[in-house]
Amino acid sequence: MTDIKADIDVLRGIDPNAPLLEVNDLHVEFRTRDGIARAVNGANFNLAPGETLAILGESGCGKSVTAQAIMGILDSPPGYITQGEVKYRGVDLLKLPEKQRRSVRANHIAMIFQDALSALNPVFTVGFQLSELFRVHRGMSRADAKKRSIELLDQVKIPAARTRVSDYPHQFSGGMRQRVMIAMALALDPDVLIADEPTTALDVTVQAQIMGLLAELQQQRNMGLILITHDMGVVADVADRISVMYAGKVVEEAGVYDIYSRPAHPYAKALLESIPRLDMKGQQLNVIRGLPPALTAVPKGCAFNPRCAFAQDVCRQDPPPPQYIVAPGRTARCHFWRDVVGDE
Amino acid sequence: MFRYIVRRLLQMVLTFFGATFLVFALTFANQDDPIQALAGERPITENLRQTLMERYHLDEPFLVQYWYYMKGLLTGDFGTSLTGRKIIDMMETAWPITIKLGLMAIIIAATIAVTAGVISGIRRGSIFDNATLVVTLIILSLPIVVLAPLAQLVFGIQLKWFPPTATVNASLFDLLLPALVLGSLVIATELRVTRSAVAENLRSDYVRTARAKGLSRKRVIGVHVLRNSLIPVVTLIGVDIGGLMSGAIVTERIFNVPGVGFNLARGIGTEDGPLVVGFVSILVIIFLVVNLLVDLLYAALDPRIRYE
Repeated sequence: MTDIKADIDVLRGIDPNAPLLEVNDLHVEFRTRDGIARAVNGANFNLAPGETLAILGESGCGKSVTAQAIMGILDSPPGYITQGEVKYRGVDLLKLPEKQRRSVRANHIAMIFQDALSALNPVFTVGFQLSELFRVHRGMSRADAKKRSIELLDQVKIPAARTRVSDYPHQFSGGMRQRVMIAMALALDPDVLIADEPTTALDVTVQAQIMGLLAELQQQRNMGLILITHDMGVVADVADRISVMYAGKVVEEAGVYDIYSRPAHPYAKALLESIPRLDMKGQQLNVIRGLPPALTAVPKGCAFNPRCAFAQDVCRQDPPPPQYIVAPGRTARCHFWRDVVGDE
Repeated sequence: MFRYIVRRLLQMVLTFFGATFLVFALTFANQDDPIQALAGERPITENLRQTLMERYHLDEPFLVQYWYYMKGLLTGDFGTSLTGRKIIDMMETAWPITIKLGLMAIIIAATIAVTAGVISGIRRGSIFDNATLVVTLIILSLPIVVLAPLAQLVFGIQLKWFPPTATVNASLFDLLLPALVLGSLVIATELRVTRSAVAENLRSDYVRTARAKGLSRKRVIGVHVLRNSLIPVVTLIGVDIGGLMSGAIVTERIFNVPGVGFNLARGIGTEDGPLVVGFVSILVIIFLVVNLLVDLLYAALDPRIRYE
């Protein structure tokens, strides 16, 4: 698998010493009939090789949109990137012409999706859909591409890969289908893998297997992994760092240990407190009051203020809280982060 | 799969008998005085009338007539038209020209419908999309009994772009105008189905995956979207063949194309029972076989469908 990149054009301007992936002040909006929905309002994070960054948040907080903006597969219209940078090894992907942008996908940055059944084309065999990558990006012959596809299915531990390669997606079980998705994403040996809720559609035992497989493949290849999820349990197991998103903003970014022990943003804290715990058996679950805001009408000031126990007048006024440095490599967008951390 | 085909073929036998019985009953009910209809305005001698009545079993009750007819049909004898011509001979000249006309209509309609449907599915809300919407609405709202004479008048007689009528030895060009008219019968629905299938598939998750794989837009649409979008369109084209057959009766009559529809129209007018039932029987068989083929093709296009 190591020779596979040898004969392709290296992206121009790539600096091998620059950070693997940097997202700076990314803004995405959807221009809909009901007004402009600001799905992402200044997302920031970076990713190093071999690192797992979890992006955590409720449905509709802009996680998936952020991922699609990084990949460049946002549906446009209605989605537009209005501001920001997505730098891969120092190259701003948002400034690349479409053709080069396309060669970044699958070659350098790949993605897997939540529901593998709908994410795979139902009328083509998995072999066709895998081979396609080698034939389009590497100009391989059908026979060579098929051989490579079988190797890949073997690597993601699909039994009897040689025969299963000519099966259709609906003939696989949920877990096996997600393995096919992973094989497809890893086919061209990317440095960055974005997994958008990869295990949400699977049952718990299969979830663990898939996460285990992802972790193993990540280690073998020293890939950067962005794991988008709302499952705090999955995050605690595999992530190195966590970005918590709320209403299109990263409200807290920290190492996984720090955030679980002493969250610095009231939203992160509330999320953690809402996890069911064994030692709280019989008691009522903690919930976060209210609903996340509609993206067409994000509240003034801190978007979380209507639901926040710490909110004061300053939180209800623009400008929204800046990114406070809580500790080296740790930020929080809360005026009162000291109170939140110290509240233990 | 094999068992499915056998079962369908057995069902076809039943449908065939039912359909021919129905058609026979309808023509029987339609018959007022076929001998007089044949002779037109001229008077007919009692002697001749008696001979003809006996030859065509017209004096027998309905079920006996049907029995005679089916006995002939099952031994390969389509009988004789009231005009005295062997029906099998009439079919030999009529079928090739109708098949040519029908194929031209299907190919023209499907090509235009799929091309325009894919473009308007991709560019929803564009000028092209709205223009095709208006044009298809006009075509849909014009019945073929209006459209056919109108096309003949405008393009055949006034503009003289096409010959207004066709003959037994009609060339492809001679049949172009009737084929266009016939095709317009189905083009609108095929176009709308293609458009909505493309629009729906473009929004699907597997298209996002295909784009994430770094495939070009051309490949995403031409391979991934098209293959999925064609599944409903192919089924529709199969169903449309039935519509084309009924459309052919009007079109061939108006453009004087001496095909199946032309003969049928004449047979209905002259109360020519054996002629109508003979031609319709073959139409029924074709319709049944095409439907079976479409169902099998459906399974070939969509691997999720398996027949047991």
